[in-house]
Amino acid sequence: MNFTAPDFLPAIGEMFTLGMICVVMLAYLFFDKQNRGITYFLTQITLLGAAVIAISLYGHPTEITFDGSFILDPESLLLKIFILLSSVFVLMYSRPYIRDNEIAHGEFYLLILFSALGMQVLVSAYSFLTLYLGLEVFSLPLYAMIALRHNRPVCQEAAMKYFIMGAIASGFLLYGMSLIYGACQSLNLQEIVSMMSLSVDSQPMMLTVGLVFIAAGALFKLGVAPFHMWVPDVYEGAPNAMTLFISTAPKLAGFALLLRLLVEAMPALFPQWQYLLIAVAVLSMAVGNIIAIAQDNIKRMLAYSSIANMGYMLLGLIAGTPRGYGSATFYIIAYVIMSLGAFGIITILSRKGFELEKINDFKGLNSRNPWLALMMLLIMFSMAGVPPSVGFFAKVGVLESLVRADIVWLPALALVFAIIGAYYYLRVVKVMYFDEPIEKTPVILESFDAQLAISINGLAVFFLGLFPTTMIELCQKAFLA
Amino acid sequence: MFTDVPLLSLIIWVPVIGGIICMFAGDDRKATRARCIALLTAFINLLLCVPLYLGFDKSTSDMQFIENVDWIAKFGVHYQLGVDGISVLMVILSTITTFLVVIASWRPIKKNVAQYMAAFLIMQGMMVGVFESLDAILFYVFWEGMLIPMYLCIGMWGGTRRTYASIKFFLYTFLGSALMLIALLYLRTKTTDFNILSFYTVQLTMTEQVYIFIAFLLAFAVKIPMWPVHTWLPDAHTEAPAGGSVVLAALMLKMGIYGILRFSMPITPDASQHLAGLMIVLSLIAIVYIAVVAVGQTDMKRLIAYSSVAHMGFTTLACFVIYKIVAKTGNLHDAYLTLEGGMVQMLSHAFSTGAMFLGVGVLYERLHSREINAFGGVAHKMPLFAALFMLFALANVGLPGTSGFVGEFLIILGSFKASYVITIFAATTLVLSATYTLWMYKRVFFGKVVTQGVEDMHDLEMPEYTVLFILAFLVIFIGVYPNALLSVFHTSIGHLLELSTTSKL
Repeated sequence: MNFTAPDFLPAIGEMFTLGMICVVMLAYLFFDKQNRGITYFLTQITLLGAAVIAISLYGHPTEITFDGSFILDPESLLLKIFILLSSVFVLMYSRPYIRDNEIAHGEFYLLILFSALGMQVLVSAYSFLTLYLGLEVFSLPLYAMIALRHNRPVCQEAAMKYFIMGAIASGFLLYGMSLIYGACQSLNLQEIVSMMSLSVDSQPMMLTVGLVFIAAGALFKLGVAPFHMWVPDVYEGAPNAMTLFISTAPKLAGFALLLRLLVEAMPALFPQWQYLLIAVAVLSMAVGNIIAIAQDNIKRMLAYSSIANMGYMLLGLIAGTPRGYGSATFYIIAYVIMSLGAFGIITILSRKGFELEKINDFKGLNSRNPWLALMMLLIMFSMAGVPPSVGFFAKVGVLESLVRADIVWLPALALVFAIIGAYYYLRVVKVMYFDEPIEKTPVILESFDAQLAISINGLAVFFLGLFPTTMIELCQKAFLA
Repeated sequence: MFTDVPLLSLIIWVPVIGGIICMFAGDDRKATRARCIALLTAFINLLLCVPLYLGFDKSTSDMQFIENVDWIAKFGVHYQLGVDGISVLMVILSTITTFLVVIASWRPIKKNVAQYMAAFLIMQGMMVGVFESLDAILFYVFWEGMLIPMYLCIGMWGGTRRTYASIKFFLYTFLGSALMLIALLYLRTKTTDFNILSFYTVQLTMTEQVYIFIAFLLAFAVKIPMWPVHTWLPDAHTEAPAGGSVVLAALMLKMGIYGILRFSMPITPDASQHLAGLMIVLSLIAIVYIAVVAVGQTDMKRLIAYSSVAHMGFTTLACFVIYKIVAKTGNLHDAYLTLEGGMVQMLSHAFSTGAMFLGVGVLYERLHSREINAFGGVAHKMPLFAALFMLFALANVGLPGTSGFVGEFLIILGSFKASYVITIFAATTLVLSATYTLWMYKRVFFGKVVTQGVEDMHDLEMPEYTVLFILAFLVIFIGVYPNALLSVFHTSIGHLLELSTTSKL
């Protein structure tokens, strides 16, 4: 039997990350006592290095390796770049928070690195096995991360809840995969596509049931209604820096999971999953936007907002055209940028012994730190979908692809929910700008990293709204290659 | 001569950039610096309008000063600007208004001055963008983007119920515009890009037209505002600072009419024809019912706000009564006159109502009350102000010789050709607006000085009378020589009328 070494080039970013994780671990063990910054900087270097690798691979022709279980394509690279960059920002935002609250910083950074590794594997996975592998590698560190603040029972509860819900989702996913495997006799996505188009008439029941379980598992991970119950509780219970992380990069990974499993593996079942997604999307937009209105806790409010936003993202997939998939990609990236900023501000405003949680904690922010208030204002209006902001073009993109696919009622409904949603975003702006502050002392950011991160982040929301062309082209190209 | 300079872009972006600079001018200790930057920006912008006006060719209905750059090629969205006779006036109107508002806000605004000026300048850029856009998505971006500074303006510097008013304002207008976006996206599937002019040539069935018309109508009716979606306006007007009220009345309401002229009528002519009856009824309700409501108001700003709704009803009447005129007489001549009357009415309303809001601002500044009952005998203490305010009140009533007369006269004249019933209802406005305006004037300015507060009032100061004199000049100028306006939009209105009455079926 001949053994030919597989091409390692597509996985070079993952290998780099893994290698660096070992280095970071050693550095944390031996050098961290003398120089507290070293773990942080090595972690940032790892993430940035992996991002640079992904960027330099961009433009490389699509390549499948490791026996058809790993793929390098523009779509995976795009998602990887944003997963890594958003993790970089997460670290910049949360560094002062980790220090002030005396959380074991080395563990936190390592867990983020492991999670980032898992997400990279997941977005490049091209068979059920690698998909599941990536999913678990990225999820497990998240559970541990939430529990890092062991002196707060509410964090323990959140971690436990997240873990159990995640395990159920994984169970669903695995069961679905096994059914599809039974029908198609393959774990490889490429072969599944061709087998499924043959067997779709002979075994419709088995395939449909498999599809439903797989979709449920993936939607669980994304946190859309009716699989959303964990989202607000976990967002609320997790320490702010951890909420920041779980609300950003994992959304991109979850999106990749859905994309690979539904769009790429099961085009033959499109009519079935289209109906499924329509129901889920409408429900998410309704539940997310309506329940968010009643929240006083900003983390819970943003959790419901994330549910609603995932609903909007699904609209792009429902269109069922490459244009729609491109728009959905743009939407999820835009959402991650906004969510990064919103939770970033929450994280940097939390100080030692003060966890910013209530919407009212933002009272009078404009008179205490106008720049931060302005950034939050941009992000809130962007989430509401008011131009000129990236959130507006994200919404226009998915709606346009739906109208093109001759579905006009759904975008109209989506916009009605968007208007309902605008109310709670406006409330945050109202609290910041119209109300008098509770304490008058100005908020001064000591950390240069966080200041830089929020400025880039906020302005990105604005400038991507003025000049969205490049981003839109990138996202669209990923599906037309 | 001016073809190389992107004049239209400059008029949009100079105030926006000025606004951003203003925002960083510093806190209230450096308020004067912020005010000077704002004034300078507004003035430069006013100067930019001079070449725009001089270079504008009145003899053609084509778009002029066109700029066209790819913006989002993937969606077929362009950064495309251009003006015709209708929009060029709106652009100049908004530049003048902002300039006046900056001067008028010089003293009254003392808190967060830099942000206040920034909000107005940015709003100015957005509004000009609305009037200049030839691309539907670009139009929508400006249309919605403007809500942000206005929301902040009402909420941060407004009266006691400002939070309620600002959120109501935002959600109402946001709700209206949402369906317009869908309509635009739908129209896009019928053509190759989002160019508004290419929408004019799209063939649409009656059903499609009716849906699109309704989607547009929601957006524009909220903005105008038409009865029954007008309820945000009295709240927003009452709570907004004086400058905000002026911009609302003088410009933001006009956008709704502009939208009807630019989108509804030419894109869906058959639906407009079909639903003209409904629109006329809604307009008449606004004219009669809202005017009656205005009579009963005790708050001056609220009263003027309701009077705005009634006057805008007149303009929408002008837009849709033309279909009845054409159906009855078969020629376009009378329709032409009516539509022009609507345009003049719209511009005149901007000046007279804007001036009245500023006037109330002047009173509020002195007594910190907007209640009519709190005043009395103001004319004894502020004779100059009383005289100027009388002029604006009469313009609001529509006295011959003021700008208000020209528009109302032309519209009433035109509606005779359509139906006597419409005319009779429309003409009640002359009585009703005289009732509420002059009655308010009498209670505030005449009689004896009733309170110590009024006794201590002093007459107009420098920034105040500068602004009011400029407005007084404009009101009389348009009243005496309306041709200055008519000649600019005459050709464009003719073209619009042709588009709006040519069936697409």
